Amino acid sequence: MTWLQRLQGALQRTLAVARKEFRQLARDRLTLGFIVGIPSLQLILFGYAINLDVRHVPTAVLDRAQSALSRQILGELEATQTFRMTRAARDEADAFRLLQSNEVGAVVLIPADFDRHLQRGRGAELSILADASNPTVATAVAAAGQGFERWLAERFQPFATGAETAALRRVPADRRTLGPVPELVRPRAIRIEVLPLYNPERRTPVFIVPGLVGVILTMTMMLMTALAIVRERERGTFEFLIATPVRRSEVMVGKILPYLVVGHVQVALVLGLGRLLFDVPLHGSPLDLGLGALPFLAAMLALGLVISAAARTQFQATQMAFFFFLPSMLLSGFMFPFEAMPRPAQWIGEFLPLTHFLRVVRGILMKGAPIEALRAEVAAIVAFLFAALLLAIASFRKRLA
Amino acid sequence: MSPSAETVIEARGLTRRFGDVLAVDGLDLAVERGEIFGCLGPNGSGKSTLMRMLLGLLAPSEGTARVLGREIPRDVEALRPAVGYMTQRFSLYEDLDVRENLEFAAEIFGLARRRRRERLAQALARYGLERYARTRAAALSGGWKQRLALAVATIHEPELLVLDEPTAGVDPQSRRAFWEQLFELAGAGTTILVSTHYMDEAVRCHRLCILRDGRRAAVGTPSALRRPLAGRVLDLEVERPEQAIAVLAGSPLIASRTQLGDTVHVLLRPGAPAASQAAVQLAQFLAEQGLPGARARPSAPDLEDVFVALLLGERLDAEAAP
Repeated sequence: MTWLQRLQGALQRTLAVARKEFRQLARDRLTLGFIVGIPSLQLILFGYAINLDVRHVPTAVLDRAQSALSRQILGELEATQTFRMTRAARDEADAFRLLQSNEVGAVVLIPADFDRHLQRGRGAELSILADASNPTVATAVAAAGQGFERWLAERFQPFATGAETAALRRVPADRRTLGPVPELVRPRAIRIEVLPLYNPERRTPVFIVPGLVGVILTMTMMLMTALAIVRERERGTFEFLIATPVRRSEVMVGKILPYLVVGHVQVALVLGLGRLLFDVPLHGSPLDLGLGALPFLAAMLALGLVISAAARTQFQATQMAFFFFLPSMLLSGFMFPFEAMPRPAQWIGEFLPLTHFLRVVRGILMKGAPIEALRAEVAAIVAFLFAALLLAIASFRKRLA
Repeated sequence: MSPSAETVIEARGLTRRFGDVLAVDGLDLAVERGEIFGCLGPNGSGKSTLMRMLLGLLAPSEGTARVLGREIPRDVEALRPAVGYMTQRFSLYEDLDVRENLEFAAEIFGLARRRRRERLAQALARYGLERYARTRAAALSGGWKQRLALAVATIHEPELLVLDEPTAGVDPQSRRAFWEQLFELAGAGTTILVSTHYMDEAVRCHRLCILRDGRRAAVGTPSALRRPLAGRVLDLEVERPEQAIAVLAGSPLIASRTQLGDTVHVLLRPGAPAASQAAVQLAQFLAEQGLPGARARPSAPDLEDVFVALLLGERLDAEAAP
């Protein structure tokens, strides 16, 4: 037999397994429902429930200045949308009580001599107390406070120093281009300006939805193949299959192929719904995204096959899949910022294909990066894919018991 | 060990343990080309385990086997294209239709496109499956599932066909048709290893191996196995066979008795007088016990008698171990 004939034989058997698997899949309504249902449900749950944008924090006001200026400042603070002035505190003790009883998340204190200090250029002091028992709220309040401080300085400094106000046009909020803005160049101070690129409004869905693609694929793909071999065992078809000349690698690849198609359908579904429901923009080329998803899908499917070889029942297979799914979700940078995780957690995270895929998918979708720019991440996924595939083939036995 | 060119299966001391249980215990076996070789034995006697070892699906704990000249389990992959296997439990894809199951088998056994088409048409015609070609396997009745399983197991024209209790749970008419197919295949040169616990099927095999507790109890042609029991079997016609059965327990002549409708089938002990003489003695014995009018006549031994004799520890092996 020449190598060409051998290759032809291997191809015929692999495609036979793939076609069989695809037919079975197409006739399994429950599984088909899962393929469409799980991503849709997860997208809706995550998209609506997880919202990291802190807005409208209930805020108490202790305004001792009671001036036109102080009222203007409070209005501006509310206009940032971070604060919603709900209470007026009588004094400091009252303000603390409101914080403790959780009626407000922040308190704005404007001292009686605020106007005077500002007009004299002495540096007026305005305090914002934030409830840091919820760090997310505290961070948001701090960020809003800093932003407001800049705005205040820009606006009132010339008033205090007597300089011209004409040069003080504000930076357009939705500015996306880099580079110096002439009217902001001032002789007197170093200026650091942060420009939020790629997600200028910092909306959570824009960040969550691309990540969700990876999370959903991890769960569904792994389960699909984790159950594939176990199901043959439970139905008794395994004994027929292993008594044929089919090779282990042909069974493995044949079982993976149909689900690569399914995986791409899921990617399209999640992103389509994300656009429809949450207005998530998709930069970057769909072709690059498809290419980037391919090794990740294959890696998850191969991992499912490893599980399949070890599990005796479908229940066991499901359990094992979740055993891998949880750390993937927690340590990949989907739930918590990867940069903020402790070192050991990051090391573990680097071994999870989801970590790398999140960078690929966010890179392509949010930043419009070409796939070449992400080749290190893709290479890591490909390495995992081959390791999982070899392990799956090695742990698959054409034996009973 | 030099198997003759015609020996298809040769096993020596084949043993398989599951924990402390010996499923197959030091089995020696030789199966010749073109014969229908039966494995007869009750459930748990090791039939399936033996077959699975010969197919390389279970590794033997001890012993060696050669199938079609190949060492098992070492060279089993090279053997697979030449073997067809029908499992005890239906093991085809129930969510695929008849045609798709046959196609899948043909592809996986490496048949080229042209031969695939030919064999598929032949299989559908030969097993009368044409009208069910587009029916899902799950919707087929037991007899039709069995036909499909045989069609799939023979799609690649294997030299050796291994059938593990293929007719379990199938109606008599389908079983008859099935055995006709087997004779046709054997006539065309296919070697068939088949297990069963139906005596009427076992007698149709060219040769038989009776298994008991994983051991070879006897091997031979059905007639050679029955021969030693000639003259030891009687049929008793009595008025009340149920009572006769109970009464006969007291007779020293009898090894076993079975009620068959209104007659009692009797196997005499090895040292008992010849059947014609024993018939008179038994009728007399029954009359003394209050059951007069029994008529006894000598009968031909069947495989059931062979089984019982083996169970009672008699040695009936018609052939020496290979």
